[in-house]
Amino acid sequence: MENIILNSLGYPILTWTVFLPVIGAVLLLFLKQANVIRWTSLGVTVATFVISLPLLSNFDKSTYKMQFVERHEWIPSWGINYFIGIDGISILFIFLTTVLSILCVLVSWKAIETKTKEFHIAILTMEAGMLGVFVALDFFLFYLFWEAMLIPMFLLIGVWGGQNRVYAAIKFFLYTLVGSVLMLVGIVVLYFYGGRTLDILALSSMQYPVTLQYWLFIAFFAAFAVKVPMFPVHTWLPDAHTEAPTAGSVILAGVLIKMGAYGFLRFSMPMLPDATRFFMWPVLILSIIAIIYGALVCFAQKDFKRLIAYSSVSHMGFVTLGLFALNTQGLEGGILQMLNHGIVTGAMFLMIGMIYERTHTRVIADYGGFARLVPWYAGFFIILTLASIGLPSTNGFIGEFLIIFSAFKAKKLLGVFAATGIILGAGYMLRLYQNIFFEKPKPDYEKEGHHPVWDLNAREVITLIPLIVLVFWIGFYPNAFLSYMHASVQHLIEQVNQTAYAGQESLIAEYIREIF
Amino acid sequence: MVKYILIPLLPFIAFVINILFGRNHIKDKAHWIAVPAVFASFILAVSAFMDVLGGKVININIYSWIVSGDFNVSIGFLIDQLTAVMLMVVTSISTLIFIYSIGYMHGDGGYYRFFAYLSLFVFSMLILVMANNFLLLYFGWEAVGLCSYFLIGFWFHKKSAADAGKKAFIVNRFGDFGFGLGVILIFLTFGSLEYVKVFENAGSVAGQTISILGYQFDTITVICLLLFCGAVGKSAQLPLHVWLPDAMEGPTPVSALIHAATMVTAGVFMVARSSPLFNLSASAMATVAVVGGVTAIFAATIALVQNDIKRVIAYSTVSQLGYMFLALGVGAYTAGIFHLYTHAYFKALLFLASGSVIHALHDEQNMQKMGGLKKYMPITYWVFILASLSISGIPGFAGFFSKDEILWRAYLSGGLGRFLWFLAAAAALLTAFYSFRLIYLTFHGKFRGTPEQERHLHESPPVITVPLMILAVGAVAAGWVGIPPIFLEHADRIGEFLAPVLGHPAGEGSHAEELAVMGISIIAGLAGILIAYIMYIRKTDLPGKLGAMFQPVYRLLYNKYWVDELYGKTIVQPTLKASDRIILGFFDAKIIEGIVNGVPALIGAFSRRFRTIQTGLLSSYGLAMVLGAMFIIGFWIFLR
Repeated sequence: MENIILNSLGYPILTWTVFLPVIGAVLLLFLKQANVIRWTSLGVTVATFVISLPLLSNFDKSTYKMQFVERHEWIPSWGINYFIGIDGISILFIFLTTVLSILCVLVSWKAIETKTKEFHIAILTMEAGMLGVFVALDFFLFYLFWEAMLIPMFLLIGVWGGQNRVYAAIKFFLYTLVGSVLMLVGIVVLYFYGGRTLDILALSSMQYPVTLQYWLFIAFFAAFAVKVPMFPVHTWLPDAHTEAPTAGSVILAGVLIKMGAYGFLRFSMPMLPDATRFFMWPVLILSIIAIIYGALVCFAQKDFKRLIAYSSVSHMGFVTLGLFALNTQGLEGGILQMLNHGIVTGAMFLMIGMIYERTHTRVIADYGGFARLVPWYAGFFIILTLASIGLPSTNGFIGEFLIIFSAFKAKKLLGVFAATGIILGAGYMLRLYQNIFFEKPKPDYEKEGHHPVWDLNAREVITLIPLIVLVFWIGFYPNAFLSYMHASVQHLIEQVNQTAYAGQESLIAEYIREIF
Repeated sequence: MVKYILIPLLPFIAFVINILFGRNHIKDKAHWIAVPAVFASFILAVSAFMDVLGGKVININIYSWIVSGDFNVSIGFLIDQLTAVMLMVVTSISTLIFIYSIGYMHGDGGYYRFFAYLSLFVFSMLILVMANNFLLLYFGWEAVGLCSYFLIGFWFHKKSAADAGKKAFIVNRFGDFGFGLGVILIFLTFGSLEYVKVFENAGSVAGQTISILGYQFDTITVICLLLFCGAVGKSAQLPLHVWLPDAMEGPTPVSALIHAATMVTAGVFMVARSSPLFNLSASAMATVAVVGGVTAIFAATIALVQNDIKRVIAYSTVSQLGYMFLALGVGAYTAGIFHLYTHAYFKALLFLASGSVIHALHDEQNMQKMGGLKKYMPITYWVFILASLSISGIPGFAGFFSKDEILWRAYLSGGLGRFLWFLAAAAALLTAFYSFRLIYLTFHGKFRGTPEQERHLHESPPVITVPLMILAVGAVAAGWVGIPPIFLEHADRIGEFLAPVLGHPAGEGSHAEELAVMGISIIAGLAGILIAYIMYIRKTDLPGKLGAMFQPVYRLLYNKYWVDELYGKTIVQPTLKASDRIILGFFDAKIIEGIVNGVPALIGAFSRRFRTIQTGLLSSYGLAMVLGAMFIIGFWIFLR
């Protein structure tokens, strides 16, 4: 194959990155003491992060080709290979996943007291699953990781979640499963149509009849739109995010919901270019609805965590808007915004978890005046708030600006509607900030002598610092991140602009016959 | 080059140090970090000004900021004549206000925080004026908005302060919505955001149209109007003026620095900066002029009846900014910037002096409870008089030269301009009236506060009065760099200096006309003062009588034309209600969740029905089997 670069580091770096957390999870099985488990889990996530670092430094930014590729035959009779690699689109998500996993372990240090071992096993298997999704270049492998993620997440919500956890967990599971099953059908169709191969790159370089593309696009869209989540299939998200334990919310918001958008980039666009261009407008309109609808819903929220959860709908609307504007700025802005959302919303959920440990309430009305009670906490939170509303100097600005730019370029009116998101965003976030941090504290919190709430401790500050650094790093020097994407995004645009050969409708009948 | 980078960087470093170490280490010594930093910036700005005066224009790109496909924008600075003037205004006034704040904010719990935000503000404003491209301008633009959010809401334990900060930010976002789109459209039209490249190609784009909703619009006009949206927000013009008076919730030095002398002038600066674009669009220019002229008189009428000392000055700021936009709109960019510069001094002085009064009265801001302060606070009184004479356009004072230039240019532009000139001249009368109403209510007559307050009345300490006196020099003399040729040939230094960037205003008039226009504005100013004198010194029962006689008018003005209430009813409340009741309560909860939870419920209901056929009775299974077999056999025999 000419479009891959085999791993030349001398050791299988991607395999190590993906499976180290699995090894760690197995190791945890044999440990008993809660603290030993925590430290081991922390060690494993840090080691995974460290191992993944050479990916960033050895990455060749000048090519769109898959790099660090490992490829071994697995089940040859079905054409299934162990085939992994990364390109400019996936590399940053590896990085995001490994960083957030460390922080998830740190933030759960005190918060998780029951079934500690099982919790950390779930976190580590989750990490492996997510990394696997981003590196898989074989559909079988991909689907395996994709579904494997569901189980630990389902458990995280269902076991360690809030009051409504069982409802939220089942809703999350069913919602995603319905989408995934349709995607499976799509994969099977591709398998037979593409000459019994599950090689994602091979399938991407093939051309499919237009009608087939439409059907496949819809099948994939079902899976990915639920994950993103796009309007109107977003209602699992507020429940799942709100009920999940902090680490679960962080993973959900930080990485898991990026999988949907990643799916669009990796499968829908390169494989189904005609369908992508055909469905571009409906998707763009859904994105605009998501931006405005998601923001308006935030105004009505009374629950701290639920508000941030709903804001994800709006922010992910920006992401899909950028991606489906199908131009360079939109795709790069969209990918960057996925990263940004992971960083900022991830950090917000971390902080909500921290304050919940102190106040045991998520009702916004119970707060007030916290800037005086916990000034450092308030300081960190305002940085995230500003990043969330896209203030220049933060990462949010770069992403939102590129996306609005791309939308305006694609169609002026789209840009205008998208830009209303920045007014609404400022509205609900500053309102939240005022209600939590400004005005007078509730009397309970101002007892003489000792505060029932205390400011951030060293562990918490260490948890937040990496994300705050990223907020400003991307804000002031986004090229450090954008430069990874250029080649791959350029290639993707070329792929999307291909036109398939038309008039092959009869083939549809053929492959349907072949399936049964 | 390092010198120029240090100008914004020093205040930024001061911000970082104070915000990180202020709470636990620096505390009440925060000014030792902030003041030297801003003063050093001032010195460097003077040096940069000298460079420009020597004919040097600096345009440097520091590093590439965002690169994505053909989109490419850098962090870079442009220091030309316009920027040089702005640098002087910003750094000199900031330095004085920083010093004043040492005294004014003494003992405040958030002392370190105050100086941190002030430093951040200066950094942002400097980035705004030094940017060499529209996106970096936008960066500074949003950053000053953020600082005003922090500083207006500085006493955040007060709900009114927290509300005002939020309001300022969100109202500004409405303007930025347009501004941002304007920046994008500039790039799509010119392929660059750098001023130099955009302005070079402006001519070749003239006449191009873009299609919006099927209609064709002139591209340059659309760009200019979008940019102007931002200016309307930041410079508090109609209809986005509502945030500025509320911004008086912040500490007084903030009102002086941000909401009078510098931040609100950003809109004026931006339009002047974009003058090569605005020059190409007559309709955009007319819009700017009309908004400016109408705002000038609109805000002045509100200021007539307000009782809060800071609110009067706040509305006067809105009104004076209107003058500046009027100047820009009639193509007299230099006059606009000239007024920006003189206004910065006398307005900063008015605010800081009112701060001195408020301080002496222990946070009393209602003028009806003041009076007779002249003998207790002579320095404050005299600087107040000087600033008020300046703003009233009394000959010789700074405000006279710049305001007269604006009125003359508006008059010269003819047609619509002449009507706007009439509005502005009327506003000049109102300006003099409300300025001296303020003085008479505050400093003359008998003290109307509590005896407790009266016992503590005193002049402010030197750390407050010295900056006041320095500003007073500016309020008097700042205009002497722009003496019109009719009095002295080649004395319009600032006009000459700015001409390479802003050009010369068009239009010529006779000397007689010029003197007549000048005479009218002087008479207007004197008349305003005289009326105020009659109403508040001679016949003090007159204001009450007039108020009662014109009750509806009085209420209309006192309630600021009910604009806030209008926005509340038409924008804020509907948004909140729609999001709560319709979107969340109905659409999300009933329709989408109805389907999501309804499908499983439906399946459940079906299976409940069908599971009843599993009776567990062998006989019923047998019956079903026989019936089924009969059906199949029947089908085979009869229907095949």
